[in-house]
Amino acid sequence: MLAQDLSVVAPELILAIYAMAALMWGAFAPRDVSRLILHVTVAVLVLMGAFVGLSAGGTYTAFNDSFVNDGFARFSKVLILFGAAATLAMASDFLSRNKLMKFEFPVLVTLAVIGMMTMVSAADLLVLYLGLELQSLALYVVASFRRDSLRSTEAGLKYFVLGALSSGLLLYGASMTYGFAGTTNFAGISQIIGSEEPMATGLVFGLVFLIAGMAFKISAVPFHMWTPDVYEGAPTPVTAFFSTAPKVAAASMLARLLYDAFGNAVSDWQQVLALISLFSMFLGAFAAIGQTNIKRLMAYSSIGHMGYALMGLAAGTQAGAEALLVYLAIYVTMNVGVFAFILNMRRDGTQISDIASLGLYSKVHPGGAAALAVLMFSLAGVPPLIGFFGKFYVIVAAVDAGLIWLAVAGVIASVIGAYYYLRIVYLMYFGEAAEPLDGKMPLLHWGLLGGSSIAMLLGVINLFGVDTLAANAAASLLQ
Amino acid sequence: MNNILSLITFLPLIGAVVLLVFLRGEDELAQKNAKLLALFTTGATFILSLFVLIGFDPSNTGFQFVEEAQWLGGLSYKMGVDGISVLFVMLTTFLMPLVIGASWHVTDRVKEYMIAFLVLETLMIGVFCALDLILFYVFFEAGLIPMFLIIGIWGGKDRIYAAFKFFLYTFLGSVLMLVAMVAMYFQAGTTDIPTLLTHEFSSETMNVLGFKVIGGVQTLMFLAFFASFAVKMPMWPVHTWLPDAHVQAPTAGSVVLAAILLKMGGYGFLRFSLPMFPVGSMVMQDFVFTLSVIAIVYTSLVAIMQEDIKKLIAYSSVAHMGFVTMGIFAFNQQGLDGAIFQMLSHGFISGALFLIVGVIYDRMHTREILAYGGLVIRMPAYALIFMLFTMGNVGLPGTSGFVGEFLTLSAVFQVSTWVAFFAAIGVILSACYALWLYRRVVFGDLIKESLKSIQDMTGREKLIFAPLVIATLLLGVYPALILDVIGPTVSALVAHTETAMNAAATTLAMN
Repeated sequence: MLAQDLSVVAPELILAIYAMAALMWGAFAPRDVSRLILHVTVAVLVLMGAFVGLSAGGTYTAFNDSFVNDGFARFSKVLILFGAAATLAMASDFLSRNKLMKFEFPVLVTLAVIGMMTMVSAADLLVLYLGLELQSLALYVVASFRRDSLRSTEAGLKYFVLGALSSGLLLYGASMTYGFAGTTNFAGISQIIGSEEPMATGLVFGLVFLIAGMAFKISAVPFHMWTPDVYEGAPTPVTAFFSTAPKVAAASMLARLLYDAFGNAVSDWQQVLALISLFSMFLGAFAAIGQTNIKRLMAYSSIGHMGYALMGLAAGTQAGAEALLVYLAIYVTMNVGVFAFILNMRRDGTQISDIASLGLYSKVHPGGAAALAVLMFSLAGVPPLIGFFGKFYVIVAAVDAGLIWLAVAGVIASVIGAYYYLRIVYLMYFGEAAEPLDGKMPLLHWGLLGGSSIAMLLGVINLFGVDTLAANAAASLLQ
Repeated sequence: MNNILSLITFLPLIGAVVLLVFLRGEDELAQKNAKLLALFTTGATFILSLFVLIGFDPSNTGFQFVEEAQWLGGLSYKMGVDGISVLFVMLTTFLMPLVIGASWHVTDRVKEYMIAFLVLETLMIGVFCALDLILFYVFFEAGLIPMFLIIGIWGGKDRIYAAFKFFLYTFLGSVLMLVAMVAMYFQAGTTDIPTLLTHEFSSETMNVLGFKVIGGVQTLMFLAFFASFAVKMPMWPVHTWLPDAHVQAPTAGSVVLAAILLKMGGYGFLRFSLPMFPVGSMVMQDFVFTLSVIAIVYTSLVAIMQEDIKKLIAYSSVAHMGFVTMGIFAFNQQGLDGAIFQMLSHGFISGALFLIVGVIYDRMHTREILAYGGLVIRMPAYALIFMLFTMGNVGLPGTSGFVGEFLTLSAVFQVSTWVAFFAAIGVILSACYALWLYRRVVFGDLIKESLKSIQDMTGREKLIFAPLVIATLLLGVYPALILDVIGPTVSALVAHTETAMNAAATTLAMN
């Protein structure tokens, strides 16, 4: 029995062993092996992503049904692993340049990844909390990784205090749910809800607190306040990491909780999610307009994008879950590209995050400017770039579920949001000339930036089959 | 030649990719090569599109040259043309080589310039060929990107404001259409346009937020599509982006905008609004008539007072598009014939007028009317060509401008004499602004020092105008060239909408 259980959690287990081994290696190696550990970690994450992605289909559960490995979990895990690997690989250059190359960084990222993988596989409130905390604790530390910078430590502290609060909310919700359902297992909760109509008030309370706790992790309005400060304060590679893998993990976890545990009470959470989604989309669109710092801008952009992702979830249908996954996959690809660019915004070797510094960048580095312009149009959701198809899928799901008002609001918000994405294009191509940034870009960053922008263009042909994979994954969630 | 439409659509894109990948350098030779390659690609596209026109059977009212392939998520890549769209494809392919030719003097980022126009051509042809809702939307919206860049990078002084206004205005209009498209998909179960053309959307009166909506779903969807097409067209009062965009865009951009991009709005009405939501169209007929008449009269008056030549022509475009919407919503054969004719003829005439402005702008770098005068003395050939297109703009018999205006006016006269009356006033006003513009720019004494050394048109410029002159005159004296092609399709469309409207009229009357 145990062997079977362990085989289900094998990917997490292997990563955990690797993380500890890497820790020992870094601590006891006679010379500085930080850079090597970082690269090995990237390789391990990529290999693990390939392993999870190619492993056999089907649904396996472990530890008394508290941990589940199904198509949905695998889809999210692959996204998390590749997203983390890409952002970690990008970090190398930045870390050595800023004398931050410490072996703890890749180890912490690995631990966070393990936490995220646990989150998306959790089929029990306790496992869910376990994964979430493992992730969060690692993230608090990496947020303040640049410990002699006031900004970075402030970001870490802010993130920690608010994160702890949200964890408290989530735990409170979990305890309420346990109190009224008598079980922490998703299937059990679902059964209880299905058997009594209407849902017990205590369960509604529990549900709302759970959603609130998770909305914090996704940085959805009204639990988004930490996002811009943390994004701005944290070292840029950490921001890149924050904007990709943890978002996928939290959104997938929320999807599983809502579909598997509260799937019989869609009407109870649909309105809540629809409103969260609505506010996130509009806040993301409006608040980003005035930003002058590109990291803050990307923070608001991520709030907005999570609003769209949640729109799919609010549909409460299989199409909704599929739309969520497609959206997340596209979102991660775009963000990897954009942050590969942001990491290279330097003037005389100093990191710059002022948007105005992009003035007429297209003259300095035509290729980089073109790639970023493509990504910006894609983030704005203009066809034929695949950012549009992400929005298209969630809109289809929302209309199908009768949430036409939400779909209309979403597209209007996307027009408002288009303004600030266009502003970056405008600065690069026909704005006021700024003091030129350094034109050189490491090959890896250039590859990620160019690769993701080419993916935005070519994806129009068949989305690289992601929609089919997401459909299968969503189907396994609703089994 | 089963996929000739795809070939025509994507040939310019291939040219753009070749430019992007293989052309290096910013020197004169590279610039020349970029121009030549762009000219060659657009020329080849035009020649290929002639095969479509030759192979097109006007008596067949269905879609021809249809090709279909699976696309993502249950959508299909489906292309085809019918009597309405084939001529718009021809208009696009015909004008693009001229546009490239008119950009020969561009020196700033030539390669990117040519790429932008080639990509734009692909997207414009795609709009007219797409037979899948979402495919249409993708082409329709994607056109905003190159146009945004064309206005923004190669535009005039206030190009930034104009580029943003253009993009956001049209984007806002279109996203509502997207939601309606998704709703149509769930109502009809398909995004296939030929199937949707025969699908009857519910037109039962319904309540939305306490308002009684006559025509129900059809009216709502009509409004969503209207938001997009009215902005694109553009109709009063959402036309304000057009003068800004026109004035700031480079000459070639203005030509494409006026001659082709604006036609997408009218094409949208003919392809979607009328056949798919006939009841919605009927319910909104008076509304559209009102807007059209205001557009015709009001923007003509505004045009008279303009001091910038391009702005004047831009406002006159809005007025001429008023005739198009008026004709379309007359719902009869002359109206639709006239609307399509007017769009095509306006494509030639307004395109030519913007080129005419370009000719003197290139020499004097100002578009202010007051900066000119007496040009006929130094530029007789220019004066002649300018006069021809001024007359076309006014709608003088013998030019193509007359046919469209006459048909739409006679069509609308059968429906409402008042609308026809006001629209006819617009014709008079158009003579006022066009002739007054001509008089101020071309006639009078050549007293301005700066104009004394101005040169007449070069051979290249004359060559560009030649096809436009021929087209305008030919269609003016022999309109059957167009009417024979569109006739059968239009009459099928009229019959289809009439049946649906009559059926609905009885039920609406009972309410």
